[in-house]
Amino acid sequence: MRVHFTVNGRPQEADDVWEGESLLYVLRERLGLPGSKNACEQGECGSCTVRLDGVPVCACLVAAGQAEGREVVTVEGLAEYAGQRSGDGPPRAGGTHSQAGEDTRLAPVQQAFVDAGAVQCGFCTPGLLVAADELLERNPMPADADIREALSGNLCRCTGYEKIMDAVRLAAARQSEGT
Amino acid sequence: MGSRGTAGLPANITHLTQGARTRGGIGESTLRPDGTLKVTGEFAYSSDMWHEDMLWGQILRSPVAHAEIVSIDTAEALAVPGVYAVMTYDDLPTDVRHYGLEIQDTPVLAHGRVRHHGEPVAIVAADHPETARRAAARIRVGYRELPVITDEASATAPDAVLLHEDRTDHHAAHVPHPNILHRQPIVRGDVAEARRRADFVVEGEYVFGMQDQAFLGPESGLAVPAEDGGVDLYIATQWLHSDLRQIAPVLGLPPEKVRMTLAGVGGAFGGREDLSMQIHACLLALRTGKPIKIVYNRFESFFGHVHRHPATLRYEHGATRDGRLTHVKARIVLDGGAYASASPAVVGNASSLGVGPYVVDDVDIEALALYTNNPPCGAMRGFGAVQACFAYEAQMDRLADAVGMDRVEFRQLNAMSQGSVMPTGQVVDSPAPVAELLRRVKAMPLPPERQWESSEGVDVRQLPGGLSNTTHGEGVVRGIGYAVGIKNVGFSEGFDDYSTARVRMEVVGGEPVATVHTAMAEVGQGGVTVHAQIARTELGVTRVTIQPADTRVGSAGSTSASRQTYVTGGAVKHACELVRERVLELGRRKFGPYHPAWATAGLLLEGGKVVTDAGEALADLADVLGDEAVEIEREWRHRPTEPFDPRTGQGRGHVQYSFAAHRAVVEVDTELGLVKVIELACAQDVGKALNPLSVIGQIQGGTTQGLGIAVMEEIVVDPRTAKVRNPSFTDYLIPTILDTPTMPVDVLELADDHAPYGLRGIGEAPTLSSTPAVLAAIRDATGLELNRTPVRPEHLTGTDTGT
Repeated sequence: MRVHFTVNGRPQEADDVWEGESLLYVLRERLGLPGSKNACEQGECGSCTVRLDGVPVCACLVAAGQAEGREVVTVEGLAEYAGQRSGDGPPRAGGTHSQAGEDTRLAPVQQAFVDAGAVQCGFCTPGLLVAADELLERNPMPADADIREALSGNLCRCTGYEKIMDAVRLAAARQSEGT
Repeated sequence: MGSRGTAGLPANITHLTQGARTRGGIGESTLRPDGTLKVTGEFAYSSDMWHEDMLWGQILRSPVAHAEIVSIDTAEALAVPGVYAVMTYDDLPTDVRHYGLEIQDTPVLAHGRVRHHGEPVAIVAADHPETARRAAARIRVGYRELPVITDEASATAPDAVLLHEDRTDHHAAHVPHPNILHRQPIVRGDVAEARRRADFVVEGEYVFGMQDQAFLGPESGLAVPAEDGGVDLYIATQWLHSDLRQIAPVLGLPPEKVRMTLAGVGGAFGGREDLSMQIHACLLALRTGKPIKIVYNRFESFFGHVHRHPATLRYEHGATRDGRLTHVKARIVLDGGAYASASPAVVGNASSLGVGPYVVDDVDIEALALYTNNPPCGAMRGFGAVQACFAYEAQMDRLADAVGMDRVEFRQLNAMSQGSVMPTGQVVDSPAPVAELLRRVKAMPLPPERQWESSEGVDVRQLPGGLSNTTHGEGVVRGIGYAVGIKNVGFSEGFDDYSTARVRMEVVGGEPVATVHTAMAEVGQGGVTVHAQIARTELGVTRVTIQPADTRVGSAGSTSASRQTYVTGGAVKHACELVRERVLELGRRKFGPYHPAWATAGLLLEGGKVVTDAGEALADLADVLGDEAVEIEREWRHRPTEPFDPRTGQGRGHVQYSFAAHRAVVEVDTELGLVKVIELACAQDVGKALNPLSVIGQIQGGTTQGLGIAVMEEIVVDPRTAKVRNPSFTDYLIPTILDTPTMPVDVLELADDHAPYGLRGIGEAPTLSSTPAVLAAIRDATGLELNRTPVRPEHLTGTDTGT
């Protein structure tokens, strides 16, 4: 079958899609967007979290056909998405907060993950970023318990989550300072 | 930092040491060089590899644990449209048809017999992963089931089927039964005599469940056939050169025709020491002439790598009335499963570290690993020391109670320190601040009582059961527990544990740039960050390029055993020092005649310049180097170790020791048997924190894996069929952010003078003491014995049915 949907603001089309393929497979293997990760492919780990019409979902549990005509945001489009939400262009890495990256557009939550040491192997990171960004969108000043609740569907095996907590707190604090 | 180049100077002159004036060097929390790529989704993991015209590989695995293969019929699978190849044992290209880390006992594809649930039997290549899966399901395999060996009793029964007949490996001659893979006694002093001095003797038997590494990035990679008949393999592994040594002979290719590049690795924790899909992908690529991608799903991943050994540990400890340990006697039985993997080395660790970080003169320990039909077990973070720590720390609590001492004070009284002698006879010749770590972790402030209450009422998210809303504090009891552990760093028992680094220095765009090339597997630990820091410190440059890890440079050894910062870090440091010497030599030749300091002063590289140790700048590195590039590749070795004596276990078997202590605070809903860990504090000696941010990340991550095996993680193997019951993240639970508490960390930096920068390998120690601390806290809360980990609700409510 042929599937059309919007990914990160751009219309996309995939041909010869087998009906059993997930949105995750089409993103990764047909559209060249492997940022959403395939850690469990059974909806338990959250590493493939994307926004589907704004709602965070596990892309592995969405049949590709279900995305027909809808809007998908992946980690690859997160900086632009967050930038549009804040009304100004996204910040650039390499500024005051970062030693890494050169002239790459990052969403505040992406920058905070780098700065706080929330990234180790990084395989959980894309899903966590999409989920954390969605949290900060609806709750700009989350309490720790709110952060834990919002991210409880995203497994991380490396960090023990402490630096992830730090990163979300940092992103919220920077957001409230307007930086 | 050392005081290189300063000998003989008067003490009142302030002199510089190499690296002191260069930003981004060791000791700073510089950020990961791959951080930005990882947050944008651009970092290419092994499962992200893609090639035009690539096919998908699929493995057919055994549905039973032990059987003869009577027949294999691939015709129907081959007839599926889109299928390019189906291969079985008979299609293997050479006589080398087995592989293994230490013992080559693992078939590339099963030959006449399968020995565990999930063993690879056949492989398929097709143009779509679903086509490959469906074709694999159409391969008809006839199995004649055999009785399963699942424990020590069935393995050593008089009529037991042998897992591996006609063993010729180097352990075969000294084991008491062919189904015992390796056995290591550690005997020191006279336990029978010491027992007579004991006023208190405590005996216990402990059971440790099978833990999975559960790295998030599944086993995956891409094999691309090359025009020269070789293959290019992009892969997630912990040790490229170990893979290469095992892959090339099976393919019948010389090593130089198997070119391996490290793809992005989504965690490892020991589970990528053994091969998974590497050979299968290469075989299919060479057979079809097309690139082959293989990606396991989570179900397959549970069968695709070895696990942490489940263990049964029997301990006897004695102490005098004044609280001194008299003796330790222990028997540790590890289930190695169907194939050897790293089991022999795990046995060496479990036995040699089996007493823990305590001074005991009279010791009789025996550790062994079985061959069974259970899933193969091998390396996982903590590697044999984890199981032992769970048991000896439970014993230490019970013994302290028997003596009538405070549990922490009892440990401190018996704690080893620098100069103590291990049960192997090895003297601990670097700091061993065991008592101090316990003091620090105990001194941390405790979280407030009834922390779930605030002025706004009860937050159920802070209670056992969480959002299930099972209690508002009724029946909730707090407990506190302590534990401390000892882990070795580096490969032990005489292994030639070297690393190689190639360092290049040249001028790019008018600026001196260092390039570091190693084959070190970056699996998330931050080795790439540290290599750049070392290069900045040693070469005084700002810009460092880290080359992708591949087999075009010499081996870096394994990203295992907490060894990479020590050994490959040591190799990078060593190569940088040689580059620095050669750069200074260049400078002396070019500029020596114009300034006497080139000949007389101690010279350093700082801030892109050659400076004297008094701080005078002599030349820009850009001018010294000009058009020349200085490049050096060298191997580097730590102090050698020696094997343990096969009968007594005596020997200087370990390179370095690493220590961590934990305090766990738990709250238990005693009615429902639900546990919430409220806080898990850790104190660890790291020697020197090359990157403090990464050090804390390692400690918190390791602590959390210890928490997992304490209260939730276990691969459940059916004792009647030896089949895995829970190969999914639905049924095998790892801690979520809701299960994981605040983890305050106190880092101690006592230099080990034998190690580069005084550093100590850190990755594993926090995984040891975390588990027994949580168990001790649950015992404290409930008063239950709890001799098994993980603890499940039924163990706390008295409703355990034994299944």
